[in-house]
Amino acid sequence: MDSPTVALHESSHGEHPSYQRHHFVSMAQQKESASFGMWLFLLTEIMFFGGMFTAYLVYRNWYYPAFVAGSHTLSIVLGTTNTGVLITSSFTMAMGVWCAETRRRGGLILSLILTLVLGLAFLGIKSVEYHEKWVQHHVPGLRFDAMTFVHPKAEPGQAAEPPLPLDMAQHTEVYFSLYFAMTGMHALHMIIGMGLLVYMLIQAIRGAYDNGNIAFIENFGLYWHFVDIVWIFLFPLLYLISRHQ
Amino acid sequence: MSAHEEHSSEEQHIVSPKIYVLIATALLLCTALTVAASYLELGPWNAVVALAIAVFKASLVVLFFMHIKYSSKLMKLTVGAGLFTFLTLVGMSMSDYISRAWGSF
Repeated sequence: MDSPTVALHESSHGEHPSYQRHHFVSMAQQKESASFGMWLFLLTEIMFFGGMFTAYLVYRNWYYPAFVAGSHTLSIVLGTTNTGVLITSSFTMAMGVWCAETRRRGGLILSLILTLVLGLAFLGIKSVEYHEKWVQHHVPGLRFDAMTFVHPKAEPGQAAEPPLPLDMAQHTEVYFSLYFAMTGMHALHMIIGMGLLVYMLIQAIRGAYDNGNIAFIENFGLYWHFVDIVWIFLFPLLYLISRHQ
Repeated sequence: MSAHEEHSSEEQHIVSPKIYVLIATALLLCTALTVAASYLELGPWNAVVALAIAVFKASLVVLFFMHIKYSSKLMKLTVGAGLFTFLTLVGMSMSDYISRAWGSF
């Protein structure tokens, strides 16, 4: 091929970008097919997280006091900060898609770096929270002590949480199992996403997206926003159960 | 040839950064709102308010960040079908769960 962006064929049809596959009538059709496929993948992801959300709903109804007590051990400051960080990273990714669409290489590189940094910040804050759980003996299966809910200690500057009866205190382990399963699967999605971000960053620096072949970036944008949506639901469900009690 | 040109004329809509800034601001405000609302004593309405705000935020992300507002009917239908299937599966699981004990009282 002589030109990097345009392939010429004998007679059957006119010019089209070199990255347009021959079984597509037009770029519009190819784009539509690509995002359609991505959305189908995201639907399976909705079902995947949906199973955990259903388990959460059932157990929350069964062991509501344990869920309230478990939720109150999470840091509202860290949780809210992380929500802000993730929403901002979604915004920078949306800007990255816009830069790619309008063929701004510098803007695209900057957006990808910012998204990567914000993703790292999210995981950093998350690991601080996980470490806190480890210190407080709130890690189900590995390091768990229900007695912290039977005899709650007052945090400095705060009144102690109301104590739970022993059987209900033991059910906080269910809450923490769901907490780790849901935030852990969410974090795994973030880690995969950040691997892809590094790949796209290298490609963008090489100028691989300058010819307008940006389906990868657009589909990654969909993935990243989906991960954001999962967190938008996880945050109130895990952190904000009856904070007023 | 002519079909080719027709298709390329329906270029995809590029969402402007202005809208992204607006949506991101709305999402951050809604986050502050949902935290504030969780400290109010609303009884069972706490969960309803928290979920309503989350659904609103998710809709903003899907419609604007994920471009569904500007997408074809096929894409809108795909998202709708996913939502419908999700709600059906959760709804049927929950209806089984709440009706398990019926008749045993």
